[in-house]
Amino acid sequence: MASPRADAPSKIILSASDLHRVVDRIAHQILEKTSGATGTVLLGIPTRGVPLAHRLAARIHAFEGIDVPVGSLDITLYRDDLRLHATRALGKTELPGGGIDGRRVVLVDDVLYSGRTVRAALDALNDEGRPSSVQLAVLVDRGHRQLPIRADYVGKNIPTALSESVRVSLTETDGLDEVKLTGGDL
Amino acid sequence: MTSYLLRGVSVAAAPARDLAIVDGRISDEAPSDAQIIDASGLVALPGLVDLHTHLREPGREDAETVETGSRAAALGGYTAVFAMANTSPVADTAGVVEQVWRLGREAGLVDVQPIGAVTVGLAGKQLAELGAMATSAAGVRIFSDDGHCVADPRLMRRALEYVKAFDGIIAQHAEEPRLTEGAQMHEGEVSTRLGLTGWPAVAEEAIIARDVLLTEHVGSRLHVCHVSTAGSVEVLRQAKARGVRVTAEVTPHHLLLTDELAASYDPVYKVNPPLRTAKDVHALREALVEGVIDIVATDHAPHAVEDKECEWAYARPGMVGLETALPVVLSVLGEQWDLIAERMSRAPARIAGLTGHGTGLAVGDPANITLVDPSARRVVDPSELASRSRNTPYAGTTLPGRIVATFLRGEPTVLDGKAVK
Amino acid sequence: MIKHLRSAADLDAATATLILDTAGEMAALAGREVKKLPTLRGRTVVNLFYEDSTRTRISFEAAAKRLSADVINFSAKGSSVSKGESLKDTALTLQAMGADAVVIRHPASGAPHRLAAWVDGSVVNAGDGTHEHPTQALLDAYTMRSRLGRLDGLRVAIVGDVLHSRVARSNVLLLTTLGAQVTLVGPPTLIPVDIAAALSPSTKVSYDLDSVLPDMDVVMMLRVQTERMQDSYFPSAREYSRRYGLDLARMRKMPEHAIVMHPGPMNRGMEIAPEVADSSRSTIVEQVANGVSARMAVLYLLLGGKA
Repeated sequence: MASPRADAPSKIILSASDLHRVVDRIAHQILEKTSGATGTVLLGIPTRGVPLAHRLAARIHAFEGIDVPVGSLDITLYRDDLRLHATRALGKTELPGGGIDGRRVVLVDDVLYSGRTVRAALDALNDEGRPSSVQLAVLVDRGHRQLPIRADYVGKNIPTALSESVRVSLTETDGLDEVKLTGGDL
Repeated sequence: MTSYLLRGVSVAAAPARDLAIVDGRISDEAPSDAQIIDASGLVALPGLVDLHTHLREPGREDAETVETGSRAAALGGYTAVFAMANTSPVADTAGVVEQVWRLGREAGLVDVQPIGAVTVGLAGKQLAELGAMATSAAGVRIFSDDGHCVADPRLMRRALEYVKAFDGIIAQHAEEPRLTEGAQMHEGEVSTRLGLTGWPAVAEEAIIARDVLLTEHVGSRLHVCHVSTAGSVEVLRQAKARGVRVTAEVTPHHLLLTDELAASYDPVYKVNPPLRTAKDVHALREALVEGVIDIVATDHAPHAVEDKECEWAYARPGMVGLETALPVVLSVLGEQWDLIAERMSRAPARIAGLTGHGTGLAVGDPANITLVDPSARRVVDPSELASRSRNTPYAGTTLPGRIVATFLRGEPTVLDGKAVK
Repeated sequence: MIKHLRSAADLDAATATLILDTAGEMAALAGREVKKLPTLRGRTVVNLFYEDSTRTRISFEAAAKRLSADVINFSAKGSSVSKGESLKDTALTLQAMGADAVVIRHPASGAPHRLAAWVDGSVVNAGDGTHEHPTQALLDAYTMRSRLGRLDGLRVAIVGDVLHSRVARSNVLLLTTLGAQVTLVGPPTLIPVDIAAALSPSTKVSYDLDSVLPDMDVVMMLRVQTERMQDSYFPSAREYSRRYGLDLARMRKMPEHAIVMHPGPMNRGMEIAPEVADSSRSTIVEQVANGVSARMAVLYLLLGGKA
């Protein structure tokens, strides 16, 4: 996908405080829909899904004092678009102790778009073990799905044009918390 | 026979004048029906003489024949070439040398002078019938096992002694075989990096040192083929200072190219002796100017495509050189025309005792002439070579000078840069 | 990303580090039940072996298969190669078969360079003559980094027949690129001329193993073929072993943390004593396992992106 020009117009969709509220809400929803996060594992998809998963775990701990195991699941080797881009460096796959067999896995990513990343994540998960169920949490859903995939937890739905691009920044990876929409006709 | 008038030509370094060719000889006056060639800006040299050519016939006619090699020679400005003996069968009998000599006369493009093998089958065991070759129609004077070194010191001594009877000369391929077993390229930094077995300079220098001592001892004549190292130059310098009757040649490629080219593993750069270092190239150039090295000889070594389009270790060594020799020497020496005439025509003819070639282009001399355009530049295109083989290391290189015409005893073999027949 | 891996010199520090990091991820995946990855599905990797080397071929084959590539083994024996087909004609055949990568093992130095000129796909050197064996160097570097935690500043001795060793050349190039300090040790007859100038100016040479050992973090022993005796590189196996073999007494001169490596196959009792080869300091078995991970990393990085 073509990235917008550096001087393209941009709009802040979520400020730092918005972003924190959204994460809090998802944490509450997870607690609600998983009966207090029992038997649940959070797996972040590198790069930005990993710090998001850790934040969710930290909020769940703050609200209920529960420690939810957190890990990461790199999907690079399962992508269906490897031949369209220069070779990518691999991210880390680290499953929490006890693994994923028989547990409820919540996949965590920053943006849900075509659904192809989640498809790859489901394939990767399948090779790692057999969870009892899989859910999906995303900070932003920008639409334009190419596969029959939906999220169980959505921080914010942002209707976008294909020419636009959603840029998530997190302090852990980018030095600030913010979600921006750039390009298109704003 | 057509007469020619070369109008406004410079003979070697002399000022421009008109030069007439009448009845195959140089004349001071052209008849009124003489064909006039505008030669202003062109340089006339005595026809070039190559003491070291591989014509591959008989045996490897797919790589070169006497005829195709002769045409390549004429296009390179040569009027005489000496054909090396490593054919199949080997030129180690009067029969084979006469066959090559006759094929050369039939082609009629250059004087082809066969070189006879020193030992039977180039095997280094037993002297070939040197006397029979000397008195054959081919009149062989130079004997060489080129491609192989006459390594056995006793055999080399005998060969040097024996050829004194007919004023012969032994041309040695100086390579101590035990020091070069499996050798692929010059032994040094580059061979170490490339993991190719090294051909140490000392393998050449040790043989030359031994052979000049043997030559001195028996009072004979030695010619050293394709000198390639700075150390060899030093050995030759000392020998000449002592008065040993030794002469030496260097190839155009050893004057220009270095072992770094092997880094491509493209066997077009594989040659024996191998390309050496920049330091060696520098020493060879100095020695050529100074006269420690007497002549330039091409070591024209055509090879079929399949013998070069393969792994380095499996490729045959050698490069074609007849059609690029003068341009390469011109790029190395610059327009020192008298020196070029000496090193590429007069001295080789003198060493070989070849009359009628390498003259001063005086009135009455046989008209063996090369006409050069020094201002032309040419990008070497292997597909344009007249040689049957394409293994030139200069593909894509721009070289100075163009051979405009070559005359063999007054008959043009090349006109306007093209072979006449 | 680079297209071919013909020499360890094709790798700069960043690329070499990326390969080692990727090998680490590949090694982690090797621990799980499902070892296969879909990454190179539909890609064809040809193992073109002109020399018998079951170990190396199996290692590459396992690496390619774990990444779901189709693997074709093309061995010099029992094929048109032994009937004298040229490398170029073989290359054109592989080209017509649509090989995305050719892994080549060849007795002639530089054969991978020639092959790369004749095929469109990637060429991986699996050992060429006495030139290089870059994936061996990668797995060695990976093993050192796993055991000792770093490569920068590491002091590595490579001991034995350096002259004929493709493993040594690739290791010198790769290790110095990654900041290690290499000392080559062996009899002068088996150390190639101008080695430092040829490979890396920081390379040191020593003829005395005992004086080198106390300063080393890694001691890598090279296989010494007994045929070398006939060529007078050294007088006898006994003398070689006494001067340059690694036995228990010599191993004790090494620092506590130092490791012993060998690319295999070993001549036990010649360059390495059995007790040393089997000691806890020896990484010889690990090296084999790491070979698959390192080769997976190389295949992924050469083939896993846009061609």
